[in-house]
Amino acid sequence: MSAVPISYYLVLSAILFGLGVVAVVFKRNIITIFMSIELMLNAVNLAFVAFARAHNQLDGLVFVFFVIVVAAAEAAVGLAIVIMLAQNRESLNVERVNLLKL
Amino acid sequence: MLLLNHLWIILALPLAGAAINGLLGKLWPKSAVNSVAIGSVVLSFLAVAETVREFCNLAPSQIPFIGNYFTWMIAGEATPHPFRVDFALQVDQLTVVMLLVVTFVGMLIHIYSTGYMAHEGGYYRFFSYLNLFMFFMLTLVMAANLVVMFVGWEGVGLCSYLLIGFWFLKKSATDAGKKAFIVTRIGDFGFTIGILLVFATFGTVAFGEIFPLASQQSETVLTTICLLLFAGAVGKSAQLPLYVWLPDAMEGPTPVSALIHAATMVTAGVYMVARMSPLFSRAPVAMFVVAIVGAVTAFYSATIGLVQTDIKKVLAYSTVSQLGYMFLACGVGAYASGIFHLMTHAFFKGLLFLAAGSVIHAMGGEQDMMKMGGLRKKIPVTYWTMLIGTLAIAGIPGFAGFFSKDDILEAAEAGRYHHVVLFVLGLVGAGLTSFYMFRLVFLTFFGQPRYDEHKVHVHESPKNMTIPLMILAFLSIFGGWFAAPRLVGRMDYFEKFLAPVFASSPGGDVAPAAAEAGATPAMDLVHALTGWPVIVGILGLLVAWWFYIKNPEVPKRLAKNIHALYLLLLNKYYVDEIYAALIVRPLLWISTNVLWQVVDEGLIDGTVNGTATVARESGSQARKLQSGNTRSYAAWVIVGAVAFTALLFGILGVKR
Repeated sequence: MSAVPISYYLVLSAILFGLGVVAVVFKRNIITIFMSIELMLNAVNLAFVAFARAHNQLDGLVFVFFVIVVAAAEAAVGLAIVIMLAQNRESLNVERVNLLKL
Repeated sequence: MLLLNHLWIILALPLAGAAINGLLGKLWPKSAVNSVAIGSVVLSFLAVAETVREFCNLAPSQIPFIGNYFTWMIAGEATPHPFRVDFALQVDQLTVVMLLVVTFVGMLIHIYSTGYMAHEGGYYRFFSYLNLFMFFMLTLVMAANLVVMFVGWEGVGLCSYLLIGFWFLKKSATDAGKKAFIVTRIGDFGFTIGILLVFATFGTVAFGEIFPLASQQSETVLTTICLLLFAGAVGKSAQLPLYVWLPDAMEGPTPVSALIHAATMVTAGVYMVARMSPLFSRAPVAMFVVAIVGAVTAFYSATIGLVQTDIKKVLAYSTVSQLGYMFLACGVGAYASGIFHLMTHAFFKGLLFLAAGSVIHAMGGEQDMMKMGGLRKKIPVTYWTMLIGTLAIAGIPGFAGFFSKDDILEAAEAGRYHHVVLFVLGLVGAGLTSFYMFRLVFLTFFGQPRYDEHKVHVHESPKNMTIPLMILAFLSIFGGWFAAPRLVGRMDYFEKFLAPVFASSPGGDVAPAAAEAGATPAMDLVHALTGWPVIVGILGLLVAWWFYIKNPEVPKRLAKNIHALYLLLLNKYYVDEIYAALIVRPLLWISTNVLWQVVDEGLIDGTVNGTATVARESGSQARKLQSGNTRSYAAWVIVGAVAFTALLFGILGVKR
């Protein structure tokens, strides 16, 4: 079984992360932004798993579990915020979350 | 030896009185304020009396008696000598005289004030200041070194300022207070430098350590020190050219004028010169300066006194003039005569001021003598006491002023540093003194009333005012009799008492009476009673009588005939105006146009406001980062993350 070189994983991870970043900055829909953040987290997870396998160590995998737990918590809190936002603003557009703006 | 070991008690009593009245007096009735104020001074006087009694039992080797309480400050290297000031008090004959004069006259004036100030607001405040003044004045005279003396010196200046401006709602009063403070400050600048020069020269500021070293110093150094110290005395004792504050100081309540600006504080300069006599006596140039300043001031301010119409202004110029006599005495080496005149002056000038206060009180606040007249019958006690004070200051034989002034003029004529100019100035001044004082008496008490008798209800002052007058009148007669034996060729008791203090000064006091060998006591007596000072005194009296009783139109005609001179005198030689033009206005101009508008507004405000402006401007720029736009925050987070990563890898060079 020929192993896929680690660089492939890393390039994929970087591409996914970059997409996440770009989406966070440019998207207006808060749910999309939220999903993009998830995408970035999972890109990082991918990198961790790839390194763990390449070095044959478990540390990276442990980290992945942490990230998944944090992501779950974030999803719980974040979605609650999104719901409140939707109720108060009747919109999911982040541009309208601007009470603190000058 | 009970009290001599606790000299501080003398100081602590008035200080406690000032503190109690100042802090609590507002809540108390006047009787309570009175008992605290007078009680503290009476106790202080009794303490002084007991101290003097104990002092008289001391052996000559124990004098000056020094009470050293604690080291106040110590600074500098131990070698050659640190700057060390002890809080130390000393008692010697000179201090004894001053202590008795200050506490006794002070006590009488406190009692008088309870009557004079009875209807004034701020009663407790007045007595608190007055007690504080007593504290500082006693500190001044008891100090055993120059620095403690300076504390008292400045303290009395402070109290003088507070009391001149006592009626602080009156602008002229507050202005006069400021003037007194600022003008004396000019002299104090010299005094301060003098103290430092004393330290630099002798390595100590304690009197007892300075004086034995004085003979080792060069005359130049001593002259410089003495002239600097004398500058302080000129300011404090209102001599030319810094006398201008004293006439204005009459804005204060009259008891203040009597206590501070006649009897005690203004004589501090004379006391200081006498105290420093071992230095002064070794600096003939400084001595001559002291004598000439004194003589010129004595004559000069007497001429101004001739035409003033404000009863207190006449007395103020008279005070300046009499202080001039004291300096004249010190300057010709007759320190004891100077101190003697200081004492008799405290009695008769204190009396004259208090009597003038009583006149003003009777007239309901009127101070212009042109609006008085004929008061003799209506206020007899005031009249008689004031007449006694006038006879005393005019040098009429038998009264206190005769002995002391005769002493001074004799020293100016034949003393160690005598000079004919000094004698003539002093003599003419004495004649003028007699003239303007009798002019005051005649204008106030004789002739027809020149006030509206329906409006002004002339009344004699209450007992608490007249009794101090009577006591001072008694002293104005008999206070000078210590020197009486001199008239018949014997020892002057006062001079003999003070002799140990001035013994270390080379050729301090020569006994002029003893010098005239071969004269019989009776001839001496005749000589003294018909001497020039007596003649000019009586001449002044006669001229005043001629002018103001016999031919009241003469002065008016004279004023018209020599109008220029009259105006010059009436306007006090325009000295205030000259000072205003030469010093005050240029200073004001510099202060306004340079210090205020350039330095203060430009430099200081500019720095402070500039800092604020920079902070505000940079803040308003930086605030644009906080746009409230979620996506821009996200973008900044990423920029930050990228920058941090670049920092880690690129600049800090973290390797794999």
